[in-house]
Amino acid sequence: MRLEYTDRQQRFRKEVRAWLEQNVPKQPLRSFDTEEGFAEHRAWEGRLAGGHWSAVTWPREVGGRGCDLIEWLIFEEEYWRAGAPLRVNQNGIFLLAPTLMEYGTEEQKQRFLPRMATGEDTWAQGWSEPGAGSDMAAIRCKAVRDGDHYVISGQKTWSTRAVWADWLFGLFRTDANSVRHHGLTFILLPLNLPGITIRPVQQLNGETGFAEIFFDEVRVPVSNRLADEGAGWQVAMATAGFERGLMLRSPGRFQQTAKALVDLYLRHQARIDADPSVRDAVLQSWMGAEAYALATYRTACRLAKGGQIGAEASTNKIFWSELDLLMHETAMRILGARAELMPHAPDAGDIGRWLDGFLFAQAGPIYAGTNEIQRNIIAERMLGLPRS
Amino acid sequence: MDFTFEEQQVAFRDAVRKFLMVEAAPEMLREIWETESGRSKDLRAKLADQGITALSVPEEFGGIGLGDLDWVLINQELGYYAIPDSLSDTAYLAAWLLTRLPSDISLKKAWLPRIANGTARIAIGHPVNPFVSDAQLADLLLLWHDDEVHAVQRDQVKLSFNPSIEMSRRLYQVKWTPSDATRVAPARIGRELWEGVLNRAALAVSAQQLGLAQRMLDLGIDHSAQRKQFGKPIGSFQAVKHQLADVAVKIEFAKPVVFRAAHCLANNRPRAAVHVSHAKLAACEAAWASARRSMQVHGAMGYTWEADLQMFMKRAWALDAAWGDRAFHKTRVAQHIFAEGAALGPGETFN
Repeated sequence: MRLEYTDRQQRFRKEVRAWLEQNVPKQPLRSFDTEEGFAEHRAWEGRLAGGHWSAVTWPREVGGRGCDLIEWLIFEEEYWRAGAPLRVNQNGIFLLAPTLMEYGTEEQKQRFLPRMATGEDTWAQGWSEPGAGSDMAAIRCKAVRDGDHYVISGQKTWSTRAVWADWLFGLFRTDANSVRHHGLTFILLPLNLPGITIRPVQQLNGETGFAEIFFDEVRVPVSNRLADEGAGWQVAMATAGFERGLMLRSPGRFQQTAKALVDLYLRHQARIDADPSVRDAVLQSWMGAEAYALATYRTACRLAKGGQIGAEASTNKIFWSELDLLMHETAMRILGARAELMPHAPDAGDIGRWLDGFLFAQAGPIYAGTNEIQRNIIAERMLGLPRS
Repeated sequence: MDFTFEEQQVAFRDAVRKFLMVEAAPEMLREIWETESGRSKDLRAKLADQGITALSVPEEFGGIGLGDLDWVLINQELGYYAIPDSLSDTAYLAAWLLTRLPSDISLKKAWLPRIANGTARIAIGHPVNPFVSDAQLADLLLLWHDDEVHAVQRDQVKLSFNPSIEMSRRLYQVKWTPSDATRVAPARIGRELWEGVLNRAALAVSAQQLGLAQRMLDLGIDHSAQRKQFGKPIGSFQAVKHQLADVAVKIEFAKPVVFRAAHCLANNRPRAAVHVSHAKLAACEAAWASARRSMQVHGAMGYTWEADLQMFMKRAWALDAAWGDRAFHKTRVAQHIFAEGAALGPGETFN
């Protein structure tokens, strides 16, 4: 065990920090769930890519810089420390890309990855349907083979960022007679094809962060299929592994929030210590963020030595989503009667970001597989309990 | 950056695990604990044969000369198999303290080889603990007095026994008189030594709590897979599954906190004390959650003397406040994070 950064890693951190200091926008960008904000975030992705920083773990040939997972963690720490913008193309870069690299053809990698790195193509996900939420194997949206095309009909829902995204990846039923996780295929498609209707859905904050997507005989070339026909479930599980596992939520995010929470508490300490449970919650928050960082480093080191992400990836998702809730609930309690103010309220000052974060934290235990599903996975695959 | 243990460390841990699985079965421990001393010379001799008692003793005194990282793995096993206090107290803490005493070579020569070969028990008295564990069997007591270190023979102290709900614990109120003859380190040296003992003791308890948490989780899994209700194993019901899954989450995220603390102590890192306190809090929380959830999964069986769960549950409860209660350790963490200009946030994890 050696918990020190190498000279090379320290130099890398300095390089990241210097670039971010030069390039991170001084004014926060508008929300990427608005049209203007989406465009601003897309432009930021382009700027990141210009410095080869948009997808550091990818190979150089497709726009990355070949970083290992420790360097990725260092990059992320610096990114959050610098208060840089949220990643509008996260679905693509962190979730689809690792899947593409594992299952995609050379042609597909060359076609999709460089444009993803620059933000020219932004990606949405197509998993959930009205009848298939936690029970993802109940997917019905069908893709019928017609020569060298699939003809897609049906509906997807809760598709994050689909309102302004360019492309969608998801699971479709290619075998009409199949049931459950058989007969599903992983398909990539542009969202501007004829027959696609996108209906934005307003979220808690009033913005359209996700959408319903209707497919009416949408023709998609077979070359847009990832891996074999009928292999979609296996491919999707790999994506879900990345999502729950390492890359969806890097620890820097929560450590930055924990630090901000400590500052917030200290500024209001004279008043809020009347409720001693707040101080304890701040303490728990900081310890939780540290624990998450440590666990992630440990996993990264294990993977570097040839280990695999297993069912314990499900413990991550539960841990960070509950931590995020704790931190934002605590911040709301500290802010007291001002916590409810909208960010643009004249007397809100800079506290609005806590409300944004609080609202977003509510979704954490639901998206990327509800925490109840994660607990089932832990119980059955990690602890070996009998299936329900 | 490498957050994994060396292959040799893991191999030694695995050997100890296999040994304890056979030699420290619950029914054997129960028999030992029913005796007045609560300890078995036979078991201690076997543990010495495994090399555990020699782990921290320097090679020049007949030991193996290993340190905090090795002990963190072994202490997890001692927790998992509910091995009583005196082993880690003697072979880890006392060996560490004796080795670092200023130049009293006769004391080291007298005791370190005996620790290594498993023939000495040494008890440690520190003001953070109101009682001294295993004082009645101790051949030597290392006692705190105004930051000085005193080495006191068993016949120089007066003991009064305080029974604990935890069957393996043997807690004593110790009365003694410090003198020049018993003093083996003055306060100016002793202060740092006692800080080192306290941190290592809290780390040892943390690692044991991880082991206890895992054992109680395993007992809960076994029970819920075997016990049938409504025609099915109760472990197939989500309400039961989720209780145990939550424990797995707590253990998974307490482990690296404990390992970081061990690494920082082993390398004299400036924030080691804060990390130890964090480790103790995280591990105790995991252990208590495991006790509560496993008890619930066991149903009424969990409330019996007969079910083995009690052995581990009571130990987890008892160790919660050993070597600093939660208030003590929270205060140490709070002093770090609420200090003006504290270095918190991303990138500070390993500083």
